[in-house]
Amino acid sequence: MKRIHVDQIEKAIEEMCIEANYVLPVDVKNEIYEAMKTPATELEARTLEIMLKNIEMAETQQMAICQDTGMVIVYITMGQNTCIEGGYIEDAIHRGVAAGYEKGYLRKSIVKDPILRENTKNNCPAVIHYRLVPEDCFRLTLSVKGFGSENASQLKMLKPSDGVEGIVDFVTSSVIEKAPNACAPLVVGVGIGGTFEKVAALAKQALMRPLKQAHPESHIQNLEETLLQKINDSGVGPMGFGGNTTALAVHIETYPTHIAGLPVAVNICCYLNRHVTRSLL
Amino acid sequence: MKEKTIDLPLKNEEEIKELQVGDWLYLNGTIYVARDAAHLRIAERLSLGEPLPFPLKNQAIYYMGPAPAKPGQVIGSAGPTTATRMDRYTPQLLDMGLKVMIGKGRRSAAVINSMIENGGVYLAAIGGAAAYYANCIQSQEVIAYEDLGAEAILKIDVRNFPAVVAIDSFGNSIYDKE
Ligand code: SF4
Repeated sequence: MKRIHVDQIEKAIEEMCIEANYVLPVDVKNEIYEAMKTPATELEARTLEIMLKNIEMAETQQMAICQDTGMVIVYITMGQNTCIEGGYIEDAIHRGVAAGYEKGYLRKSIVKDPILRENTKNNCPAVIHYRLVPEDCFRLTLSVKGFGSENASQLKMLKPSDGVEGIVDFVTSSVIEKAPNACAPLVVGVGIGGTFEKVAALAKQALMRPLKQAHPESHIQNLEETLLQKINDSGVGPMGFGGNTTALAVHIETYPTHIAGLPVAVNICCYLNRHVTRSLL
Repeated sequence: MKEKTIDLPLKNEEEIKELQVGDWLYLNGTIYVARDAAHLRIAERLSLGEPLPFPLKNQAIYYMGPAPAKPGQVIGSAGPTTATRMDRYTPQLLDMGLKVMIGKGRRSAAVINSMIENGGVYLAAIGGAAAYYANCIQSQEVIAYEDLGAEAILKIDVRNFPAVVAIDSFGNSIYDKE
């Protein structure tokens, strides 16, 4: 049996909160550089240029890339034989988030009650997802999600007869309408299948995949390409100013579903698709 | 694409008319910062007949809530927030003399109509470019509603602050172009 102490988890979460907010993953940065090569207009070129300069400045000056330092989402992938020692794992995660947001000078954006809306002042709680796997491992993926783009996300229970065409229509129309508010160029996470709650989780999970890493199944890969092409053909462009790059990538995750259903979820992320992964075992 | 340098606050309303959708601007001078909670409070105070905490005539408002400043920094990361959430409060402020709004994303038809009527302009800042914008801010001061924390009203002084004319005073919108 593998053992993990909660202090290790707390420390990792603290550091990951700061890293995710200061340094954009290199795969995301590369796609913005790619977009810089084919701007439609001077306006698109300049907009992308400032986006890239900002990413460099945040990294060298060690400050938040975006002032919306997001809600923290933690994915835990652990072997089913792992023993967690020293306290409750979620308390440790929340101590880590609070410390990271304080020490990293990150904005605290979480309200305790969605109706009463009083700020918790430490950016807690995080949203936590667990996945048990047969092999020995303990892996944390931490994402900080801004709400300009989270608010642009949508879920729809399509009918099986709507088919691929229905999926394409729903995804492209949601993305194109919301792109200016969501800080395009976007990373678009799409979930297809499962149930009402599963499909939303799939869409979020799709955002964690490294950009340009294609889906293993060819029909899904084709659909990813079709969607990306359609979204970029819209000409909405960075920040909705017009241009060739409205989305950097479209990622799809699927799950088996019921004979009577075709759930589809679109989770939109801005070009600041901020996440970090670490293994503790 | 035209590039222009603008000094804020504007000296006259004619300057507004020269700004056209798609222009790339560099802003210098004074801007007020207010987002959701500050707008809500302003609306509440106005409905009670109380005065505004700052003069609105010919001024600019930036929709933003900064990250905390590190020691030695003027301000923490300071990029634009979505303007749409401010739409319900905006026509009233335009009626009172507000001229320039800076944020990101679309505006409602009611806001655009009020902009045409009052001669206002909506500028889009580059979303997410928050460290970049923090470096454009030379000074900041909390001028009202300190209890709102990151949502308090600030007065900031900016230099070479990039923004794009997203909706001009004639109602032309960058978001309508294909
Ligand atoms: S959508 Fe992304 S880039 Fe835009 S303000 Fe929110 S977190 Fe920042």
